Amino acid sequence: MSSEVDNNRRRFLTAGTMVVGAVGMAAVAVPFLKTWSPSARAKTAGAPVEANIGKLQPGQLIIVKWRGKPVWVVRRDEKALATLEKVVDELRDVESDESVQPEYAKNWHRSRKKEFLIMEGICTHLGCSPTYRPEITADFQGGFFCPCHGSKFDFAGRVYQGVPAPTNLTIPPHYFVSDDVILIGEDGVA
Amino acid sequence: MSEKQTGSGLLGWIDARFPLTKMYEEHLGKYYAPKNFNFWYFFGSLALLVLVLQIVTGIFLTMHYKPDGDLAFASVEHIMRDVDWGWLIRYLHSTGASAFFIVVYLHMFRALIYGSYQKPRELIWIFGMFIFLALMAEAFMGYLLPWGQMSYWGAQVIISLFGAIPFVGDELTLWIRGDFVISDATLNRFFALHVIAVPLVLLMLVVMHIIALHEVGSNNPDGVEIKKNKDENGIPLDGIPFHPYYTVKDIVGVVVFLILFSVVVFFMPEMGGYFLEYANFVPADQFKTPEHIAPVWYFTPFYAILRAIPDKLMGVIAMFAAIAVLFFMPWIDRGKVKSVRYRSGAFKLLLVMLVVSFIGLGYLGALPATETRTLFARLFSVGYFGFFVGLWWISKNEKTRPVPERVQ
Repeated sequence: MSSEVDNNRRRFLTAGTMVVGAVGMAAVAVPFLKTWSPSARAKTAGAPVEANIGKLQPGQLIIVKWRGKPVWVVRRDEKALATLEKVVDELRDVESDESVQPEYAKNWHRSRKKEFLIMEGICTHLGCSPTYRPEITADFQGGFFCPCHGSKFDFAGRVYQGVPAPTNLTIPPHYFVSDDVILIGEDGVA
Repeated sequence: MSEKQTGSGLLGWIDARFPLTKMYEEHLGKYYAPKNFNFWYFFGSLALLVLVLQIVTGIFLTMHYKPDGDLAFASVEHIMRDVDWGWLIRYLHSTGASAFFIVVYLHMFRALIYGSYQKPRELIWIFGMFIFLALMAEAFMGYLLPWGQMSYWGAQVIISLFGAIPFVGDELTLWIRGDFVISDATLNRFFALHVIAVPLVLLMLVVMHIIALHEVGSNNPDGVEIKKNKDENGIPLDGIPFHPYYTVKDIVGVVVFLILFSVVVFFMPEMGGYFLEYANFVPADQFKTPEHIAPVWYFTPFYAILRAIPDKLMGVIAMFAAIAVLFFMPWIDRGKVKSVRYRSGAFKLLLVMLVVSFIGLGYLGALPATETRTLFARLFSVGYFGFFVGLWWISKNEKTRPVPERVQ
């Protein structure tokens, strides 16, 4: 054994050990961080839910719980649908290009059937739940209003300009199982 | 080992094995603090007192509280109504949270007016800022635990802030919540962080803050370094031992503080909805947002900045920037004179602007937004950030008054 110290070798081994240790630490951190992801139970609760809309009256809104979020089902009457044309100039994202919705709901009424709007009742600003304002007045053409920070949306959940919410309200995947029953959470067949 | 044995008896035996006397002398008996501490110097020790109060009351609250989405709200009411003296422990803890922020804000303001963040105390300031951050995290997570309407929707709004981060925002909020909305999973992890993780970090930071302080020594209202003038024994001429002089002085502060604190605990624990918000006496309902959401008063200045900006991402950035900018105080202030007593009129003007803006923002942040209020919130936001820009600007060539050689 030589008594001379090979500093290069020593430095290499020290650095190598540190790198291996750091990689190990990072690997061990993964399971800890992963425990914060939604659990299997939370994911199961995210399964699709059915809603019966047969008894829904024109203008009425019902709330269906899906993934713990409120999902609104609104039966829009002719008057409400007519406002969607009028407010176009005041909206931020008329064509819903920036917003989240399935392809089949990327139209002017943002739904599969004109009459029924199925939409997540969570403001795209900071997650409050807006309130339904079906009254059509001179100041506001009706729709939804978020009490937290004053964001306004029309009857298709499209956001007005000059309010904090950045995009239109989100449309969840959904399809009509029959004329009276919808399934929220799945696209189904078109 | 024998040469280390300086004393005899039990103390000598301990000192040979653990630096008890050494630590006592370094931090109390022979820690020389400037003799001219005034009113503003109460708040450091008061913050320590409130920290101890929060830990003790918090431990007792966990003995009755249940971190479960179905049980949490009822368990807090159980503490309030059924547990002997439970209401007292709970009100001490909830009032203590607000008291903590009052003394910490005053403590920070002290540092601003006397330049306690300046060289060589940059690290004390930075450790202090981390304490402030940890304290905000601690308060935010603690506020979810009663599981009332304000707990729920306040947390929903604040966690959604992270959703503004481009690309990873949505994934990140999902990961923080552990569910698609605030739920039992969120409550449980916030409980763990609130009672274990953050308090440990907080305690560690407080120790570092104090060690750094005792390494360089305390600043004082004149902003002169007392270590520059020492007597033949190396003791600062303008210094007095922390114990007994300042321990006794601080006891006076503690007594006055506890009188005021007790008035709130016993006669107005809700403080008109500022310390405990009325909406929080309604159990969390994930389908119904309260008509008006406002954070507790100590977050309102930053919340007002968030709301003042009509863009989601920019609003979030501005809000975090309002806190982050404080970290850079030691370098934003390019002046050499520490105390406001010898600084320029421009500096005093900037300080007034900061105080007015901060209080103005705090007031507006607690109210629903209207157009006029938003306008004022923008004005005050400019005033708040203007302090830092202005300070950087004026401190380069500031017209200061001569600083005395020794404490006046």
